[in-house]
Amino acid sequence: MGDLISNLSHGFGVALSLQNLGLAFLGCLVGTLIGVLPGVGPIATIAMLLPITFGLDPVGALIMLAGIYYGAQYGGSTTAILVNIPGEATSVVTTLDGHQMARQGRAGVALGIAAIGSFFAGTVATIVIAALGAPLTGLALIFGPAEYFALMVMGLVFAVVLARGSILKAVAMILLGVLLSTVGTDLETGQERMTFGLPFLSDGIDFAVLAMGVFGVAEILRNLDHTETRDVVRQAIGRLLPNRDDFKQAAPSVLRGTFIGAILGILPGNGAVLGPFASYTVEKKIAKDPSRFGRGAIEGVAGPESANNAGAQTSFIPLLTLGIPPNAVMALMVGAMTIHGIVPGPQVMTRNPDLFWGMIASMWIGNLMLLIINLPLVGMWVRLLKVPYHLMFPAILMFCCIGIYSINSLPTDVMFIGFFGIVGYLLIRFGFEPAPLLLGFVLGKLLEENLRRALILSRGSLSTFVDRPISAGLLVIAMILLALALLPSIRKGRDEVFTE
Amino acid sequence: MKKAVLALAAGLGLAVTGAQAQGNYPQRPITMVVPFAAGGPTDVIARIVGEHMSHTLGQQIVVENVAGAGGTTGITRASQAQPDGYTIMMGHMGTHGAAPALYPNLKYDPTKDFAPVGLAAGTPILIVARKDFPANDLKGFVEYVKTNGDKVNMAHAGVGSVSHMTGIFFSSVIKAKPTMVSYSGTGPALNDLMGNTVDFMTDQIVNVAPQIQGGTIKAYAIATPERSPVLPNVPTTKEAGLDGFEVSAWNAIFAPKGTSPEIVKKLNDALVKALDDQNTRKRLLDLGGVIPSGGDRSPEALQKLVDTEVARWTPVLKAAGNKTQ
Repeated sequence: MGDLISNLSHGFGVALSLQNLGLAFLGCLVGTLIGVLPGVGPIATIAMLLPITFGLDPVGALIMLAGIYYGAQYGGSTTAILVNIPGEATSVVTTLDGHQMARQGRAGVALGIAAIGSFFAGTVATIVIAALGAPLTGLALIFGPAEYFALMVMGLVFAVVLARGSILKAVAMILLGVLLSTVGTDLETGQERMTFGLPFLSDGIDFAVLAMGVFGVAEILRNLDHTETRDVVRQAIGRLLPNRDDFKQAAPSVLRGTFIGAILGILPGNGAVLGPFASYTVEKKIAKDPSRFGRGAIEGVAGPESANNAGAQTSFIPLLTLGIPPNAVMALMVGAMTIHGIVPGPQVMTRNPDLFWGMIASMWIGNLMLLIINLPLVGMWVRLLKVPYHLMFPAILMFCCIGIYSINSLPTDVMFIGFFGIVGYLLIRFGFEPAPLLLGFVLGKLLEENLRRALILSRGSLSTFVDRPISAGLLVIAMILLALALLPSIRKGRDEVFTE
Repeated sequence: MKKAVLALAAGLGLAVTGAQAQGNYPQRPITMVVPFAAGGPTDVIARIVGEHMSHTLGQQIVVENVAGAGGTTGITRASQAQPDGYTIMMGHMGTHGAAPALYPNLKYDPTKDFAPVGLAAGTPILIVARKDFPANDLKGFVEYVKTNGDKVNMAHAGVGSVSHMTGIFFSSVIKAKPTMVSYSGTGPALNDLMGNTVDFMTDQIVNVAPQIQGGTIKAYAIATPERSPVLPNVPTTKEAGLDGFEVSAWNAIFAPKGTSPEIVKKLNDALVKALDDQNTRKRLLDLGGVIPSGGDRSPEALQKLVDTEVARWTPVLKAAGNKTQ
């Protein structure tokens, strides 16, 4: 304990230097702005800003880049709430209730609770990293392919629970998502699958392209279709910040979300992605009136947003303690470290204590800065909704196109947003929801890879999933969840046959 | 008629600007296409070398990451760019050595479709295993893999990755067939190697050195003629008694075919200057990189390297039967 405090105070000593404070602020500000631009995610931004950090010392450079990362997480929720475009896989869930809140004139409350929940989650996650980072590393290592497969199965069950309407339609969308994730080069054999010989499909469909299409562009098409609904968003602005009742309602969700997100964030292979989905599932399951979810429930924003931020932060654990990047953003951070001559590995903590503890301290400082940057901005973002829609939608479309082009510099990506936009619009018109599709897509790849890997390692024996205690446990939880999700609908099915 | 005149005028205009461009090249920023994601070994080397080259050339070298299909997406695009010196690329062992064997529909020929500029840096390959693997040295390890055959699990970072190609090469040298387990990237593969889920892999020093130093995995040998200063205790494959497995993941700068020799020379001069710069050298060496010396730095030497690499990888990879349609 004494160690922890002396280490943390050492860290704060590093992070509170004028230069590092400035860099943290700059990173958070850039991150927020970037996160708000649909499409320009943290990956593209960090890649673009890498050369600028050459002149800085490594600690300062990493503090700035990390600031961009969490700043973008905050900003991504802003677009999810305001214009229904999830900037990243982790903010897909926020669109469900966050955007509904905005439509009801509670955009300010949604943004406020997202910022405050994220700050709380960030504070807790910082303490978790500082106190338990090293021992928790073991968790990342016991998760082999079999465990990971079981976790993904559980994730797919969450997707069923996410659905607002018909479970059958939700399952259809999940399967479509999984199917879309199999487009591209087969990992084991290198054969191309479902690419129709088109070279730009050989690496599969990009998440950002799919998300921007089925959420962003489809939403615009739908808004242009219904004149009345978009006027509602525009006129009713309402309160700018959450009040005491909102807090009371949201506080338990924030706590649960933080806990779930922090644990999933530690897992390798982008476990953080599951955090918001898991949190939403939990909130919906334990709510007294689950039917409020999907219609602007504040818990549906508070929980997932906290999980999202907690996970974003704890996913630094495998990077800082093992030197293993758990996702693409962390892989870039490794690149940034290597460019600065620090090759991240198990000894970063002992060899570069300034970097290790300085970064941890700066995480908390960064979160505080984000709160300070974001709360005053809430008013501005909400006022943005007053901009007439005929000016707003061309701007959104343009930013989407610029954003997506900046990631891979591929014109086909831009065309694909349009294609998925039309597909997404048709899906909405026929009553299918895009969120389970996206979750199926994100999890599909991991599901397939880990299933095949686990089976290769067990030489084809399926019992590997049951023999390993963690994987067996996760599968059992998945089955219970599925049963819970299906039971009411079976009962309802008996009562009101053919209503759907 | 009017059209013909316009076309002629446009042609003349282009010719004039073309000539100007050659005289005082470069006049605007140069794009260096890196065919892999930002942050990987090739990207890091491109950025370190590119930074110093920018100073010499007086124009910024902007790195553009165009990842996909084992690097062939980016190289295909860059090879079709205007050969005016404003688009160059960082190719590597995979894109300019193994690609023809792995991708039968490849849109370029590494030996013919480029104007080689020069070799930048190579990263040595190491043979590493989980820390409780039951062999103490390379001889014992090779013996174990040979005896146990497909019971041994070899991890690699995906078809076409350096660890995949060198793993196949290693297996063919020791005449064994371990079971190959594919990962999407080095990170997840190393994670499972540290978690004792898989047995061994072959990969670049940048990726594995910190783990070896930290004792989370163990190294049997480094596949270079000399030991690396970063890991002085790891013997070379030759010292450890294995002949025929010497391989480095080399990275080199290429321009599109048809780029004028003057421009290539300017670029090569800037590259050589960067490789002689103390600070740049130190940064490359800290990563475990191997910097080419004197004769290996010329465009001609690079052309020769590409020819021999394509000839070396094609039979090895074709024999393993792994290809992408």
